[in-house]
Amino acid sequence: MQKTLKKYFLVFILPTLLAFAMAFIIPFILGVYLSFCEFTTVDNGKFNGISNYINAFSSGSGFLSSLGFTVKFVIVAIVSINILAFGLALLLTKKIKGTNVFRTVFFMPNLIGGIVLGYTWQQMLNAVLLQHGTNLLAKSTFGYWGLILLMNWQMIGYMMIIYIAGLQNVPTDLLEAARIDGATGTQTLFKVTIPMVMPSITICTFLTLSNSFKLYDQNLALTAGAPSHQTEMVALNIVNTFYGRTGYSGVGQAKAVVFFILVAGVGLLQLLFTRKREVDQ
Amino acid sequence: MKKKLISTLLCVSMVATMLVGCGGNDEAADDGNAGTETEAEEGDDTEAEEGDDTEAADDGGSASAEGGKVCYLNFKPESDDIWQQIAAEYTEATGTEVKVVTAASGQYEATLTSEIVKEDAPTLFQVNGPIGYQNWKDYCMDLKDTDFYSWLLDKSLAIEGEDGGVYGIPYVVEGYGIIYNQAIMDKYFATEGAKAASMEEINNFAKLKEVVEDMTAKKAELEIDGVFASTSLLPGEDWRWQTHLVNLPVYYELKDSNATDLAELEFKYAENYKNVFDLYINNSCSEPGTLTTMDVTSSMAEFALGQVAMVQNGNWGWSQINGVDGNTVAEGDVKFLPIYTGVTGEENQGLCVGTENFFCVNSKASEADQAATVAFLEWLYSSPEGKAHVTNDLGFIAPFNTFEDSDKPTDPLAQEVLRYMEDSSKTSVSWNFTIFPSQAFKDDFGFALGDYCNGSKTWEEVVETVKTRWAEEKAATATAE
Repeated sequence: MQKTLKKYFLVFILPTLLAFAMAFIIPFILGVYLSFCEFTTVDNGKFNGISNYINAFSSGSGFLSSLGFTVKFVIVAIVSINILAFGLALLLTKKIKGTNVFRTVFFMPNLIGGIVLGYTWQQMLNAVLLQHGTNLLAKSTFGYWGLILLMNWQMIGYMMIIYIAGLQNVPTDLLEAARIDGATGTQTLFKVTIPMVMPSITICTFLTLSNSFKLYDQNLALTAGAPSHQTEMVALNIVNTFYGRTGYSGVGQAKAVVFFILVAGVGLLQLLFTRKREVDQ
Repeated sequence: MKKKLISTLLCVSMVATMLVGCGGNDEAADDGNAGTETEAEEGDDTEAEEGDDTEAADDGGSASAEGGKVCYLNFKPESDDIWQQIAAEYTEATGTEVKVVTAASGQYEATLTSEIVKEDAPTLFQVNGPIGYQNWKDYCMDLKDTDFYSWLLDKSLAIEGEDGGVYGIPYVVEGYGIIYNQAIMDKYFATEGAKAASMEEINNFAKLKEVVEDMTAKKAELEIDGVFASTSLLPGEDWRWQTHLVNLPVYYELKDSNATDLAELEFKYAENYKNVFDLYINNSCSEPGTLTTMDVTSSMAEFALGQVAMVQNGNWGWSQINGVDGNTVAEGDVKFLPIYTGVTGEENQGLCVGTENFFCVNSKASEADQAATVAFLEWLYSSPEGKAHVTNDLGFIAPFNTFEDSDKPTDPLAQEVLRYMEDSSKTSVSWNFTIFPSQAFKDDFGFALGDYCNGSKTWEEVVETVKTRWAEEKAATATAE
């Protein structure tokens, strides 16, 4: 078996590898190269050393402040999305009537594109805020909580499905044993259920982490950074740098590379951290 | 063991999805304009198919012009239909394949960046002036020897490179000012105690302010919701203020110092800008605190529906006014008023007339394609059919000597622009935003205006933002070159 696998390894992996190389590896390497260049389009780059990186961190570029905003957003988003999604999953595995309908409904928002969601929520939030003589772009806190709300609304359903799958796989004999031993509901939850669904938690925190970090569409459609870049997340800042002024596409590229390293680093750390807590059944 | 393997694989694939997502920042940018782009691309596909058909037909019979193809990356989404139609007509008449791709609003640079490296790159595109040319100079062909350039009335309008070549040719002259509805104004002039008896009396800011404020007081009687349409300040919808309106203070400052460019903007006409901006936001159909939710389309609709008497925009706005369902404004009632800001001697000021649309031909395209592109342009701007499209369908005021008086556009706003241009007592204000340092500057100015309307920034802070951002951006782009 192992031998045959080895023999046909290339045949099976090649199509995927090719597609992966074309869609990701090659553009990525080109992207890293271009971050050291001044360029207008991908094939007319002129090497200019690390000056792009210096410009990326200069005070006027807004990279650090958008990073600060992003981190604030990510922390709250991860916590709220996961807690709410887990709560919903718990409720919807309790054999309530109409469970399937609820699951479907909660999952739906995930099927809508980010831009559409952004504009829809902009209209809805403005409809409420205008009643109070203000609007979404008046204060950065409105934009911040608007984004959190939107992100929760969109992601909870998806995470809920993952948690439901995890919860359904918790062996009933363990739960039964806990009950016979006289464990309370809370004790069962924290000592049995949660350790058993740790793999789901790993996946969900990872997905929310990376999706929140890289958030772009929703940010663009909801606030586009207003007021005065205060609600601008890193991805939006990168795009704005790229197209904002002549000759700065290289700086945008440099920011993108830095951002990549950052997200990859944080993502891997998180994986290591939660993986350690997983228990083998 | 097996489980370990599976979980490792899962881990790897998870990291892979993360990597893909990350590398995809540009993709995300594309998502931003997904709406219109798909539309454009759809149009594009059918266009390409049609092109193939004609090519097939060509193989059988008549020979195509020179075998070159034209691909135009269009800047104005509102005229996409017209360009598609022109392209089809030209293909039918000459057999040359013409493909028109339209960039979504505000996404021209982004679209051009990705389109131009494709195999089927645009042969014809546009830049917005000397600053835009700096970015695209490697892709612009010298057009000095073309007939198209020789027809240009004012050769100083074209973009010249350092080597003396001509790399961008303006293809349209446009004008903007305050568009007003004559019917509502006449109604006002007939009211008791009107501050003016006709539009001719309004020829400076003081008078304009007096009239506007009186109109606001009488808005129930005039059956309007406000004098001015909403000052749209939604990000991306704020160009009428951070580009067009601020052109006036910049124009006067340049005039005072006799300069053509400024490393630092003193913004000494900031008070004048504030005059008219405050007038706009305080006499509008929308409260200042709601303006950051407004877009240009809705303010044009407010004007078209007769809810307001005035709106600041250019002659391109006619199609928007005309296209609104339930439009109550008669064609003969749509007129232009210059934007008065309270500068001394402004009685003789005309509309803001200029261009930021320059055609460039792709220097990296094949020679046959370049020739076909120039031929297409020359057809469009010299043949009777082409000129009819330019003046009537696109509504362009074309700055070329191939256009006679009978070829002047018929839409009311374009005629108003011509009327002001031909009036020798009025001095047109030139478009100086071609020297504005960058999009980043304009965006930040727009943000500051939004904050001002929402009450989170004082006017002094707005002025400060304009000055510092101008200097910073000028310095940043200077070192980048």
